[in-house]
Amino acid sequence: MIVVVALVVLLGVLAIGAWLIILERRLLALWQDRYGPNRAGPFGLAQIVADMVKIFFKEDWVPPFADKVPFILAPGVIIATVLLSFAVVPFSPLFTVSRLNVGLLFFLGVSSLGVYSVILGGWASNSKYSLLGGIRGIVQMLSYEVFMGLSVVGVVMLAGSFDLSDIVRAQRGLWFFIPQILGFVIFFIGGIAVTHRIPFDLPEAENELVAGFHTEYSGMKFGMFYVGEYVGVVLISAMTVALFFGGWLGPFLPPLVWFLLKTFLFMCVFILVRAALPRPRYDQLLAFGWKLLLPLSLANIVLTAAIYLAAKG
Amino acid sequence: MVTVLFFVAGALAIVSTALAVTRPNAVHALLYLIVAILSLSVLFYLLGAPFAAALEVIVYAGAIVVLLLFVVMMLNLSHQSVAEERTLLKPSIWIGPGILAAVLLGALIALLSNGAPAGGDSIEGPAAVGTALFRPYLVGVEIASFLLISGVVGAYHLGRRLKEPRP
Repeated sequence: MIVVVALVVLLGVLAIGAWLIILERRLLALWQDRYGPNRAGPFGLAQIVADMVKIFFKEDWVPPFADKVPFILAPGVIIATVLLSFAVVPFSPLFTVSRLNVGLLFFLGVSSLGVYSVILGGWASNSKYSLLGGIRGIVQMLSYEVFMGLSVVGVVMLAGSFDLSDIVRAQRGLWFFIPQILGFVIFFIGGIAVTHRIPFDLPEAENELVAGFHTEYSGMKFGMFYVGEYVGVVLISAMTVALFFGGWLGPFLPPLVWFLLKTFLFMCVFILVRAALPRPRYDQLLAFGWKLLLPLSLANIVLTAAIYLAAKG
Repeated sequence: MVTVLFFVAGALAIVSTALAVTRPNAVHALLYLIVAILSLSVLFYLLGAPFAAALEVIVYAGAIVVLLLFVVMMLNLSHQSVAEERTLLKPSIWIGPGILAAVLLGALIALLSNGAPAGGDSIEGPAAVGTALFRPYLVGVEIASFLLISGVVGAYHLGRRLKEPRP
């Protein structure tokens, strides 16, 4: 049973991550007054299949100056860590791969290992643009993981558990984004930074660093970085829903449908943010994190604890 | 099943730590260190300490080794330093560490033969760890936080901007 659930989650999440690419291209096109890819299949949905077939036939070139083993390992790391994090995502009461009693910490720990793909890709490529992108990636992901971790402490306090299913159940009366609005905003900003999406895509800023840490990658190795980023978006959306928007809770529709609907909404928000905001400068990014988000998340923890204890009497 | 997993993870931890010590390339050594930390985390989980296992991954694998890698990348070590490292790893260099490790191994064997307390009977959840930290071990936690504060003050001192005289 558990194997079936795990297989469905793995394949489903990969498929959603791949089709998110099409969703993004179509939505960006809509907001920019053009059509986007609409030729292949209904609404251009088969475009991603065509792209996949094409990318598998591309030459998979490993540069002679690269450090071979880490270079080949790096794209695998991002896919592996992101997919592993889905093991604790509570899709519905029955549809969860693993109910770990430290589920939230498991998510934070495993997703923080994703930074190694950026580091290894940047370092093993042995090229200056890749190294600069890798260094930026380390600092950015390390910093924003701190705020991400701190922003969910309030949720853990209110739910009294690290188990994600318990956290969802604790939101029966009130979804946590109302008492934890600050935590939600910080978590979402941290999520954008950790998946290094525009506006926080400084590790791969294409107008300064060619393509940053994956400059030297080609073929399906590049494809894995690409898909890994989009699956990461699905992961952060799903975690936002589980932590702050009541997970599978909702009237009329079955729990799984509610979870997928809410996750879809947040994936669209990710794309909207990309369409709307320009990229900040690197020092602005770090100053914003350490001077604004860190004090805010600490204040959120203290306030939540004070109110919680006062209400408890 | 659990016993097999325990020994596999333990063997992985030992082998990867040994490789982390002996690799001449600093980045490769750190990669082996990550494998060692992850297998340690598996050991913690199997011994009934899921909270410690999660923190091991978040703090050590997710943050500290990343910072070490960051420093190594900033230093931009070349093939020359790999060659230098090779000359450092002569057989004679292993005598001192070998003696120290042998003493530790002797102590460990003595402890184990007397029946050391083995964990794994109960699972200590996050709440139990929290109460232990903030009730009996409160003083230790506070002293450790002094250390962290001194680190923060030191970093602030090093990173402060000197006031430049206006031209």
